[in-house]
Amino acid sequence: MNRNDRTKLTSMGHPVSEAPDRIDRRTFLAHGAAVAGAAAAAGLASGANAQGLAGQPWERVYGAGFTGYGQPSRFEQPVMRHIGRPYGDLAPGSGAALAPIESLEGIITPSSLHNTRSHSGMPDIDPKQHQLLLHGLVARELTFSMDALWRYPMTTRTYFVECAGNSNRALAPQPAQVPAGAIHGNISCSEWTGVPLRMLLEEAGLQPGAKWLLAEGADSAHMSRSIPLEKALDDALIALYQNGERLRPEQGYPVRLLLPGWEGNMSVKWLRRLKATDGPTHTKDETTKYTELQPDGRAQQFTFEMGVKSVITKPSSTMKLPRTGLYEISGLAWSGAGRVRRVEVSADGGATWADAALTGEERPKSLVRFRLAWEWTGGEAVLQSRATDEKGQVQPTRKAWLAQYSSANIYHNHSIVSWAVEVDGSVKNVYV
Amino acid sequence: MSTFKWKPAAGSVVIATVVLAACAVQPPAGKSPALGAAVSANEVARWDISIPPSGAGLPAAGGGSARQGLKVYEQKCLACHGAKGVGKPADVLVGGVGSLASKAPLRTVGSYWPYATTLFDYVRRAMPLANPLSLSDDEVYAVSAYVLFLNGILGEDAQMNAQTLPQVKMPNRDGFVDMSRR
Repeated sequence: MNRNDRTKLTSMGHPVSEAPDRIDRRTFLAHGAAVAGAAAAAGLASGANAQGLAGQPWERVYGAGFTGYGQPSRFEQPVMRHIGRPYGDLAPGSGAALAPIESLEGIITPSSLHNTRSHSGMPDIDPKQHQLLLHGLVARELTFSMDALWRYPMTTRTYFVECAGNSNRALAPQPAQVPAGAIHGNISCSEWTGVPLRMLLEEAGLQPGAKWLLAEGADSAHMSRSIPLEKALDDALIALYQNGERLRPEQGYPVRLLLPGWEGNMSVKWLRRLKATDGPTHTKDETTKYTELQPDGRAQQFTFEMGVKSVITKPSSTMKLPRTGLYEISGLAWSGAGRVRRVEVSADGGATWADAALTGEERPKSLVRFRLAWEWTGGEAVLQSRATDEKGQVQPTRKAWLAQYSSANIYHNHSIVSWAVEVDGSVKNVYV
Repeated sequence: MSTFKWKPAAGSVVIATVVLAACAVQPPAGKSPALGAAVSANEVARWDISIPPSGAGLPAAGGGSARQGLKVYEQKCLACHGAKGVGKPADVLVGGVGSLASKAPLRTVGSYWPYATTLFDYVRRAMPLANPLSLSDDEVYAVSAYVLFLNGILGEDAQMNAQTLPQVKMPNRDGFVDMSRR
């Protein structure tokens, strides 16, 4: 409510107390017992005096007015993304903002808390000036204005977007004692709406020699990646909306590519160009970055799909269990290959496992929420979760995953995450 | 539509008219309205900045050597990438050949990048950080030559142009396993 509203309401005869809460409350506390006592003695119905009725200060003042764009409660302001800027002030827009998954529930990530990775900052794009060019090995080279794209039939799906570098902080020599999102939060899940890429490719008419598609952004790095045509013709989306509203600038406004289940880096934001080619272009980000060095010195290239993975978000690193008793273990699971079929939870570092209940498991390439009741009796525990997808792929142990790569590799870590509960209830990040 | 009023007697006729009108302006869900606009080859050329290993699309005119590239590097690259590409605060550009299978792999243009065309492509599209798409074709060829020279891949006077750049054999050319074919 702004001051004008307040003045108006007062003048209209709805009295608004400016800040009487404390005084009223003190009055209530002072008089409450006496009033109740008197009522009991007289045999009257209690609450005859409204001041004696239960009611917090905010129940005793007129509430705030409307806002054009809503905000979370001021009490939730500590819920913020975890921002990493590896180049510091030299390149403040190069890095990532990780979702605070430790504070979130359900499946959908609020747009304002969605993980964001950008290579050269966030461009400020005027949708009236922005065009998407589709060219190369096509029968008709075409440009699409944003107004034109808006008129195409839309598809709506729930998909996760995970940076290929998610969980690379879990590869540090010592386990970082930071919240779960600061390590594993380079993932989020939204409802995306847009035009199937296949529809635009059919309009342009692919030439027989077309096998790959180069996708390029309108950021100042013109970030670009090569995509096999099969994926482009399968479930790729030219996304215009996220969680019901137009894309946020940090998510590629006004238009982005969305490649469900694949490295987030390939879902090129601020999409300005698609070129049908006969082979991969070998861009900087698919050769010098986003390739996984093996122990033998060779590197895996074009590893697109994000592996089956899960992480317990509650309880998790830096939290503290206040007392023994019943808790709900809750977490996120996903697979770039399709649906999550099963999530198991262990409280003894992987010696024994129990199946968790799943929410959203019918959605392929979406986050899935898993939950399991757990009674903490006060002893030491190591909490783990292990996901299995519909292809039968099982989330690997940390040790098994590490053995595949050079110690310098920072991508595609989808190994099992371990949180140790200590006897005082504090939860620590540990390597098992 | 806003003036439409339900009248049982004439209803069926009115509804039929409305449906036909709707079909004329709006295709059934799932059909493309085909609104892509034709674009000239000249316009496409202004947008198409990606250079594959074949070198297709490299500017036909222009070129440069490491000797010429040194000046470009000192003016536009050195502040972030350090003298002679030693890095800091931005990425190291030089060295690390033979280190990839060691306990401390160093990935640089010389030790890791498989194609010289990627260097031209990336410098032109993204560098300098605060002023991309600002270098002349000669400058991009020359500074690419300089970085290759620093890595011992080229001589100081070797001329890089649309013909020669794709011919450069990078040390780690065969260091990648294509997982898209597995």
